[in-house]
Amino acid sequence: MNGGVNNAAMTPAVSLRGASVRFGARQLWDGLDLDVRPGEFLAVLGPNGSGKTTLLRVLLGLQPLVAGEVLVGGAPARRGGGGIGYVPQQKALPEDLPLRAADLVGLGLDGHRWGLGLGGRRARRERVAAALESVGATRYANEPVGRLSGGEQQRLRVAQALVGDPSVLLCDEPLLSLDLANQRVVSALIDARRRTADTAVVFVTHEINPVLPLVDRILYLVGGRFRIGTPDEVMTSATLSELYGTDVEVLRVRNRLVVVGAEDQHAHHAEAQLAEPTIGGEAAWTA
Amino acid sequence: MDRLISFDGVGELLGLPFVQNAFLAAAVLGLVAGALAPLIVARGMGFAVHGTAELAFTGGAAALLAGISVSVGAVVGAAIAGLVFGLLGLRQRERDSVIGVVLAFGLGLGVLLLALYDGRAANKFGLLTGSIVSVDSGNIAVLVGVTVVVLAVLAVIYRPLLFASADPDVAVARGVPVRMLSPLFAVLVALTTALAVPIVGAILVLSVTIIPGAAAARVTASPVRATILAVAIAELSLLGGTLLSLAPGLPISGYVATLAFLSYLVCRVVGRRRGAVRAT
Repeated sequence: MNGGVNNAAMTPAVSLRGASVRFGARQLWDGLDLDVRPGEFLAVLGPNGSGKTTLLRVLLGLQPLVAGEVLVGGAPARRGGGGIGYVPQQKALPEDLPLRAADLVGLGLDGHRWGLGLGGRRARRERVAAALESVGATRYANEPVGRLSGGEQQRLRVAQALVGDPSVLLCDEPLLSLDLANQRVVSALIDARRRTADTAVVFVTHEINPVLPLVDRILYLVGGRFRIGTPDEVMTSATLSELYGTDVEVLRVRNRLVVVGAEDQHAHHAEAQLAEPTIGGEAAWTA
Repeated sequence: MDRLISFDGVGELLGLPFVQNAFLAAAVLGLVAGALAPLIVARGMGFAVHGTAELAFTGGAAALLAGISVSVGAVVGAAIAGLVFGLLGLRQRERDSVIGVVLAFGLGLGVLLLALYDGRAANKFGLLTGSIVSVDSGNIAVLVGVTVVVLAVLAVIYRPLLFASADPDVAVARGVPVRMLSPLFAVLVALTTALAVPIVGAILVLSVTIIPGAAAARVTASPVRATILAVAIAELSLLGGTLLSLAPGLPISGYVATLAFLSYLVCRVVGRRRGAVRAT
């Protein structure tokens, strides 16, 4: 896929070496070694509480490691570091939120900067317009974001993450609560970005099937254990049984993977979905 | 009606220094309140502003009893309330109940302190309903100074604050110090509230810190346009309210609140028409 070996391909977009995260006495994961190449699509799977969102927080420089190191674009991850785009879960925005679609995307470009940003308005407008165009959102650029559908809002999220021209795209369950058609649209937009701009994608999800054709490798986390490999290597009965420590069977039914035996974890997962810690939420801090 | 709406002798009144001070105070307050209002609305801080205003009242009442400047007492009370509410964090439900608890206690304490004070009754009443004619040139200097500071800080933190208010998860991911901005903005709101309390009164601070923002949000979703419109509505209410209150010699708060409310109704109607056009 990355046939032409160049310098950019030599430096991993994301690199973890012996990375460990612990909350008090609870070891989340330990000794994680992982390189994500530019343009690679890495899916992060696992039940709730296995540290998927925490991995994103580590890459964003929001969660310190207790051991090991984490590099993003060759430099240690730090809070507010550049080169990262972030796509959150779809979450309904308040209907009366005083913000237009173009404003939401613009915040992705310079919302973290101090001052009023009165200079370079024109260049800014052009970049925002280009980002809106790239996700097919030009038509509703001036609509209040709160009045748009979930699918439209999530396209804006992709534009918001891409407008800063990131080399790494972190996605935290971006397809959750979208219908099938919009799941396809959003995942196709993310896939197009990494193919055209060599952006590495780290995609946290509890459901592999919508993105299975796009995934290069999977990081599967279960209760402190993890496995990294291609879907064919990781999504097998033997590997998942070992990870879960119980009999798990992986079936391939038409182009879908069905995991049987990890239902307990999945049922628990669905139940806890509402309380899913978000990147900045209270829960993520105290977890 | 003649007692409520009258312009008898307004011409002469406008020539008096204390009346000119009143207009200047109203104009400055309108600027800062209008600038903050859209963000207060976007952050869902209406109740927090109300609670802050009541504690500014408590602080003012305590100052009155202690024989020190009422403005200083109001600023201290509002700043304490702002910090407490700002540090409470992000959980809406918990925040609301704590504000309710603090507000009720503060208001009760304030009423008690006022009852213990046996000076002029006009001073007592002024804290609750406002009395712009009591604004002297010393107060104007404080008003202008605090407004400059609030607007300067707002200009510096505006974009991250808007980001944190509208989209906290992504703002955190981009490195915006969301947790620091929350108490900082609460202090800006508290300072503005403290400025507003002597003018429009503790119970009607919402008429200049919420209504302009809520009205603007009805007609535009553009943050810039919403801010300009909110400032315009706050100015219209405060300057218009001051003018209307002159001849009848009644507290300005009723006029300010009425003008702001009418602006809100107009904005709702305009917004509904536009919404209907957009939907078709």
